[in-house]
Amino acid sequence: MTDQEIIERVNAGLEEEFEIPREKLVPDAKIYEELGLDSLDAVDMVVVLEQQFKIKIREDDGIQKIRTLADLYAFILQKVATRPEQ
Amino acid sequence: MLKGRVVVTGYGAVSPYGLGVQTYWDGLIAGHSVVLTDSKQLSTLKVRSHLCARVQDFPSKDIPRQHRRTMSRMSQYAYWAAREALEVAQLPEDLLHNGRTGVVIGSTTGSVDGLEEFFRNYITTESLDTVKSTLFFKVMNHSAACNLAQALGTTGPLLAPSAACATGCQALGMAAMLVASGQMDVAICGGTDEYHPLTTATFDIMNASSTIYNDNPTKSPRPFDSARDGVVCSEGSGILVLESLEHATNRGASIIAELVGYGTNLDSGHIAHPSRECIGKCIRLALQCADIEPDAVDYINAHATGTMQGDAAEGLALEDVFGSGTPVSSLKGYFGHAMAASGSLEAIACLKMLHDGLIIPTRNLDAPDPSCGNIQHVQQLLRKPIATAIKNNFALGGVNAVLVFRSSV
Repeated sequence: MTDQEIIERVNAGLEEEFEIPREKLVPDAKIYEELGLDSLDAVDMVVVLEQQFKIKIREDDGIQKIRTLADLYAFILQKVATRPEQ
Repeated sequence: MLKGRVVVTGYGAVSPYGLGVQTYWDGLIAGHSVVLTDSKQLSTLKVRSHLCARVQDFPSKDIPRQHRRTMSRMSQYAYWAAREALEVAQLPEDLLHNGRTGVVIGSTTGSVDGLEEFFRNYITTESLDTVKSTLFFKVMNHSAACNLAQALGTTGPLLAPSAACATGCQALGMAAMLVASGQMDVAICGGTDEYHPLTTATFDIMNASSTIYNDNPTKSPRPFDSARDGVVCSEGSGILVLESLEHATNRGASIIAELVGYGTNLDSGHIAHPSRECIGKCIRLALQCADIEPDAVDYINAHATGTMQGDAAEGLALEDVFGSGTPVSSLKGYFGHAMAASGSLEAIACLKMLHDGLIIPTRNLDAPDPSCGNIQHVQQLLRKPIATAIKNNFALGGVNAVLVFRSSV
């Protein structure tokens, strides 16, 4: 999977799970303030991403630092790149 | 007696007929059955009954995601029905948020869909990794009530009575008591439930589900009929807006009817077998609460689900209290037994009957069973002015609940 394909899959997951219009899914978008997700959504976003990319991120401290979609993309790209071989 | 006067100013319904009270009422007037055969789901469970009635094409997406994410279907039905009820009541928005409007809505359980999803995942994976945080809010016993209250922004008391099939009338009765005693000015109240094949399975295990009409679904259930063979499970939500008479009058609300009596008791003789004596006592409690004699009742909306024992116990109790001169009908033959929603959905039909002077007959009642007592069954649409009606609602566990409505204030 290319980086762009991974970002596309993150966006598709957010669009489906949280019904966020695709045009709002831009790297600068603030996940909580602008995309309207809250603490419950954050938990569910982790569940969706874990299933989507077969990664474990629930207890990763890096999640707490995610503020924008760009942060999220970078976090997921790094996790996918370093995940154990399936 | 209730400590104050309580009136109905709004109602809303989601039923297997579709959305809205008028759709529901039109279906009843037309005599249509919405019972269907769903052999695929039910035969997978090896349930003998393949019958059910379902809400079709519900517009879930019309509910904002922020609220919908924690709502299973039962909460969504209650939300839709409550919005209709509030529209009918023309309740000003600010009254939802003043701490004097409460929610009293019950279901038989939390979402069975949600519970199935949780345990299917958990048992398969022995892990909680795939469980979303929003699932919990669908399976709580008060899920429907709190989801609705959150979505409407009410800040008054919230209660979620749960008494199996008597939940609907218990919720209305409890709400009436709270309004009458001044605990709240307005109550958004009733019952709601979502169909799941395991609901049918529950009745099947007890030999109380309808099994011989699988190929002829509209012939079942058959309340009070000699050929009845059990319950058909369904779903939906019936929500009323109750207000103190003073509150409704002061804001110039249109009053649909007055809730003048409520009786509830427990039959501790057997957890699954209702008794005519206890049902009769409950009806008398409701009449005492309304301060009326049996001969003041113009119409009885029976609970009668189509079971051998339940229909007989209720019919005999009705004969004991009213004799054979008061018209009786059950609505289960049209859309099955909507569980926690049955009492409140059928109460709404009673209110329409009071208003229109029209009694909906018992569908599928071709040969009244003498063991159900000598009572005046209504077998054809009957035009008759109705000033006072009672609504019966009984449940496994021995819970009885009876409401009394009066058309004029």
